[in-house]
Amino acid sequence: MKGPSLLRTVRLGVSSLLLHKLRSLLTMLGVLFGVFAVIAMLAIGEGGRVEAIERIRGLGTLNVLARSVKPPEVFATGQQAVRVVSYGLTEADLARVSATFPGVRCVVPVREIFEEVRHGDRAMNPRVLATQPIYIDVTGRNVVEGRFLAEEDERNVANVCVLDYDVARYLFPFESPLGQEVKIGGDYFSVVGTVLPRVRQESDPGKAGAGTAEIFIPLETGRKWYGNVQVKIRAGSREMEEVELHELVVAVDRQENVMFVADSVREMLVRNHPNGDYEVRVPLELIREVEAQARLWSFVLAAIAVISLVVGGIGITNVMLATVTERTREIGIRRALGAKRNQIVVQFLVETVTLCIVGGLVGVAAGLLSPWVLEQVLHKRAIVTLNSPFLAFSISVVIGVVAGLYPAWRAANMDPVEALRHE
Amino acid sequence: MTRTDDPTPPPVAELERVTRTYRMGTNEVRALDELSFAFGRGEYWAVMGSSGSGKSTLLNLLGCLDRPSSGHYRIEGVDVSTLDDDQLSEIRSQKLGFVFQSYNLIAQLNVLENILVPLFYQDDPPPGAEQRARGLAERVGLGNRLDHRPMELSGGQQQRVAIARALVNHPTLILADEATGNLDSQTAQEILALLDELHAEGRTILIVTHEPDVGARAQHVLRLKDGRIETVVRDQNPAPTRRALEVR
Ligand SMILES: Nc1ncnc2c1ncn2[C@@H]1O[C@H](COP(=O)(O)OP(=O)(O)OP(=O)(O)O)[C@@H](O)[C@H]1O
Ligand SMILES: [Mg+2]
Repeated sequence: MKGPSLLRTVRLGVSSLLLHKLRSLLTMLGVLFGVFAVIAMLAIGEGGRVEAIERIRGLGTLNVLARSVKPPEVFATGQQAVRVVSYGLTEADLARVSATFPGVRCVVPVREIFEEVRHGDRAMNPRVLATQPIYIDVTGRNVVEGRFLAEEDERNVANVCVLDYDVARYLFPFESPLGQEVKIGGDYFSVVGTVLPRVRQESDPGKAGAGTAEIFIPLETGRKWYGNVQVKIRAGSREMEEVELHELVVAVDRQENVMFVADSVREMLVRNHPNGDYEVRVPLELIREVEAQARLWSFVLAAIAVISLVVGGIGITNVMLATVTERTREIGIRRALGAKRNQIVVQFLVETVTLCIVGGLVGVAAGLLSPWVLEQVLHKRAIVTLNSPFLAFSISVVIGVVAGLYPAWRAANMDPVEALRHE
Repeated sequence: MTRTDDPTPPPVAELERVTRTYRMGTNEVRALDELSFAFGRGEYWAVMGSSGSGKSTLLNLLGCLDRPSSGHYRIEGVDVSTLDDDQLSEIRSQKLGFVFQSYNLIAQLNVLENILVPLFYQDDPPPGAEQRARGLAERVGLGNRLDHRPMELSGGQQQRVAIARALVNHPTLILADEATGNLDSQTAQEILALLDELHAEGRTILIVTHEPDVGARAQHVLRLKDGRIETVVRDQNPAPTRRALEVR
């Protein structure tokens, strides 16, 4: 078929679509939703991946984290009213890691204090972390206002604290927190600075953010006021816990050494903590796991979405088969008047491909808007990757061709004489 | 039948021992049985015969909508039995004009577009096609109905559009199957007058009909029976040309 005659045939296909606007629209919807679903699903997958990786990055990709974990056998020991359980990482562990491992830049101890934080009539339960000034360097956090903890705070055992931005926003909604006082448990601390939160927080930090919001105080101050033994109220029973250090942040000099240091730390801890009252997390490892998981998820989500596209394609085939039957007479007339088989094929194929192109384009547009909608409605982060609209659109066009091929072939292979007799 | 050194041009359509059989389960129907015949240029034939005698089958073969089961059919000397489907389509769009009993206009196209359909499928539509289509619509008396749809026309008017459509590609052979079958006698006469006119212009026309008065109006009559030629009557009307002109 030559160019101009092809063009005429294409125009013919499009005009018969316009003749049945509602039918065309409904047929198109399947593809539209399919394309939208592909893009939105991939965007949700990507958003989840990026969010997870950001959260892990907040731990520092050059770090190995050792944390105290209540050993399992302790959980099993009955329901006495008051008891003291002691477990977890110790100063000795800190010394061992600092002294012996090559590749370790520094080791930062962290204690966690389980107290409510208040300012005026506002109260929240962020993680209160007692640590050293170097913590901000090894975790790569940024100061927003004022400063982070300093060496002299440590020396003076000063009652100062640094809020992360979410805590600051919640406790001091209308003013700068700098120089103000907050009450942690029973003691007052003056705020010397604010830092960026570990994870980007969309919602109200006083509620959803409580799990990740953080306040920092000097390590020595924490030890002085709150000691090693803390009372935790859990499921109705009071429980005393003795933990020397809640976390050790082992900062490694280079990325190549991370896994080696991680293995060394694990080995050392296995030897000294036979009861398994610790946990080692390696952000770098976690990122790799998340990446692998995200790939799998994206694949599953995309597969589901592609199935919905295919279902849309089947719908198109169905409608086109009905259309071809309905237009048997017209096909017979066109064939009698000189239409070649491939001209009939093109005429009907143009209809399905046009449906898919238009449906695909609208679906892409809707897909591009999906992150915004998802964030507004579900507060879920979604990111449209550059290739997903192209992927979704090309799949929809391929489906258009495949869906139209059989009905068009049926139309083209009708016997003209039979078709002309068709009522 | 044809000799290569024959100086006269080949007939428009020539059948040589053409058989068309339909298989219905186990038994075979011979709709055309070893039919040999030649239709000359500029002739106006009525094909008659009782129902089931093979008239439509013959017309479909002549119209390249169908192929003989055996034998040869030549249109302007070209043997159709050797052509593929695309080439048959090509011949239909270049050389043939069809008029059907049930008009067979395309419902969603208007009068002008319907007339243009045969040109739509030509690789190189002649310049001024639309002008020509308008002229033809004018000629069949529908110059003021160009943008009407078939639904908005009477049967006679629809058949006029069909005739205009059959003319738009300058066909060498016009085939009409019961072209007046659905029309009242008054309208039928108008359509037949139009065909007379075309004949007077020198076109080759073949019309299948049941009605004796329609057959009587043609120049020649071919009568079929059981897929064979029963009788051939040539020049039954000594001066059809003049009569057609009088009508106009
Ligand atoms: N598609 C077909 N399948 C089977 N048999 C057919 C088919 N078309 C025609 N026939 C048979 O071929 C024979 C000739 O049919 P044809 O349609 O040519 O008759 P006709 O002369 O046009 O009749 P009518 O005047 O009723 O239109 C008939 O016996 C018919 O049953
Ligand atoms: Mg018939």
